[in-house]
Amino acid sequence: MAVVELRGINYIYNKNTPYEVHALKDIDLEVKEGEITGIIGHTGSGKSTLVQLINGILKPTEGQVFVDGSDIWKEPKKIREVRFKAGVVMQYPEYQLFAETVFDDIAFGPKNMGLSEEEIKSRVIAASSFANVSPDLMNRSPFDLSGGQKRRVALAGVIAMDPKVLILDEPAAGLDPGGRADILGGLKKYQREKGTSVIIVSHSMEDMANWCDRILVLADGKIILDGTPDKVFSRFNDLIGLGLDVPQITRVAAALARRGVDLGDVYTVGYAADKISELF
Amino acid sequence: MKMDITFGQYVEGNSILHRLDPRAKLIIAILYVVAIFLANNVCSFALIVASAVLITVLSGISPRIIGRGIRPVLILIVFTAVINIFFVRGDHPLVSFYFIHIYREGLVNAAFIIIRIVVLIVCTSLFLTYTTTPIALTDGLEQLLAPLAKIKVPVHEFSMMMTIALRFIPTLIEETEKIMNAQKARGADFSSGGLIKRARALIPVLIPLFISAFRRASDLATAMECRCYTGGKGRTRMNVLRAGVKDFVFLFGVVALGAGVVLLNKFAGGYRFGLY
Repeated sequence: MAVVELRGINYIYNKNTPYEVHALKDIDLEVKEGEITGIIGHTGSGKSTLVQLINGILKPTEGQVFVDGSDIWKEPKKIREVRFKAGVVMQYPEYQLFAETVFDDIAFGPKNMGLSEEEIKSRVIAASSFANVSPDLMNRSPFDLSGGQKRRVALAGVIAMDPKVLILDEPAAGLDPGGRADILGGLKKYQREKGTSVIIVSHSMEDMANWCDRILVLADGKIILDGTPDKVFSRFNDLIGLGLDVPQITRVAAALARRGVDLGDVYTVGYAADKISELF
Repeated sequence: MKMDITFGQYVEGNSILHRLDPRAKLIIAILYVVAIFLANNVCSFALIVASAVLITVLSGISPRIIGRGIRPVLILIVFTAVINIFFVRGDHPLVSFYFIHIYREGLVNAAFIIIRIVVLIVCTSLFLTYTTTPIALTDGLEQLLAPLAKIKVPVHEFSMMMTIALRFIPTLIEETEKIMNAQKARGADFSSGGLIKRARALIPVLIPLFISAFRRASDLATAMECRCYTGGKGRTRMNVLRAGVKDFVFLFGVVALGAGVVLLNKFAGGYRFGLY
């Protein structure tokens, strides 16, 4: 069953003004339950707009959005419920922290859902363990934490709502490799244990290749490629032509192929290592 | 909640009004206001209206935008007009009904007042807001007030503060929107409940907003210091304002307008505006 479905979506910013921008054009998309979908695209290709349409922050100019089987704009008054089902972690989420303690901040979402105190507590503890937020930080002020820690607290704040689909807009942007590994490692663990669907927007082709079941390429408001990582990254030249990248190892493989060593379609380092060792 | 604040009303364009020196525009606006208040009979008011039409045409700004600017003061206009119609006493009664007395003088005064307020708002906003960016305006103001620095008024500092404040308003609006969306994504509800509940709902927006504003301010201060900013003393400008022929033509025009108004007040007949 599709957990998120978009039908005939068009989105136009500032309609009927000189600043009109047609951000998404005739998007049809289905995200299956438990699937990890990556979205890549150039700045301004419509990725963030797409994300905000799924949890009802933006209302489509045309078309319908279904989350967990129901049309989210059927009853506009209940749009808040949709936000608990489709949990969005915005870009640079550390700037949304506000509470006095880390615990209170993570508990903000569950509190808004109207859960009981015990339920909130158990959710906060579970979410912070998935997001690698250590228990001794719980009573600290979120403003005393390091950048990476803040990011993980913000992530825990969304995970604590236990959404049906977790949507992440550039979750690891601007972090050092250690910080990246902390965030992505936690997310992978969470996804494996809960089986939640994940939609992830990223510029890091390595992360996408390593983690996603399916990759969508957006350009100029349209989905132009859609498929498994091998399928998408095999369109090497198209991606480069769009100003996007492919994983570094795919470039290495392509360079090797030009020199007469064909490894086939390679997009993760592990797979490339196996292929190369086969040659010896 | 929708964020539909268009800050300032600057309308992009390249008309002669847009290209005037902001200092000239400030002086012209002041003189123009004086001229409007000098007018006191039909002929001088006609001259004022004609000049307002001319300025509107020269600005190339659509009457619809100008109309939108008048809307906020509509109540004030109606109120003053009504007061004038009902309370001005004169020699030519038109309607007398119980305690209501309407005189011709009242109607004339009301008409003049309406013209006065409308022209005042249209022309000052045409010169100062529609065709001048806020930054150019503070720049012009700084230079006009520069002589005050001699008596230890920190003119440059004030104008720098103004410029920075104006510059960051759109940034803060954008930031507010982002934070609101992020909190909405966690189920925050800004649009239901009573006043107190709504005010409380804003806490998760205001705290991050303040924190980021302070962070931005401190970053900006560091960046300015890195470029050796030490205040206004000895500082030269990238865009030096130079008054040209057109600025003097406009200045002369507004002085001539004032003179015309005074002459018409004195020598032309017709209905007069006055206090009765």
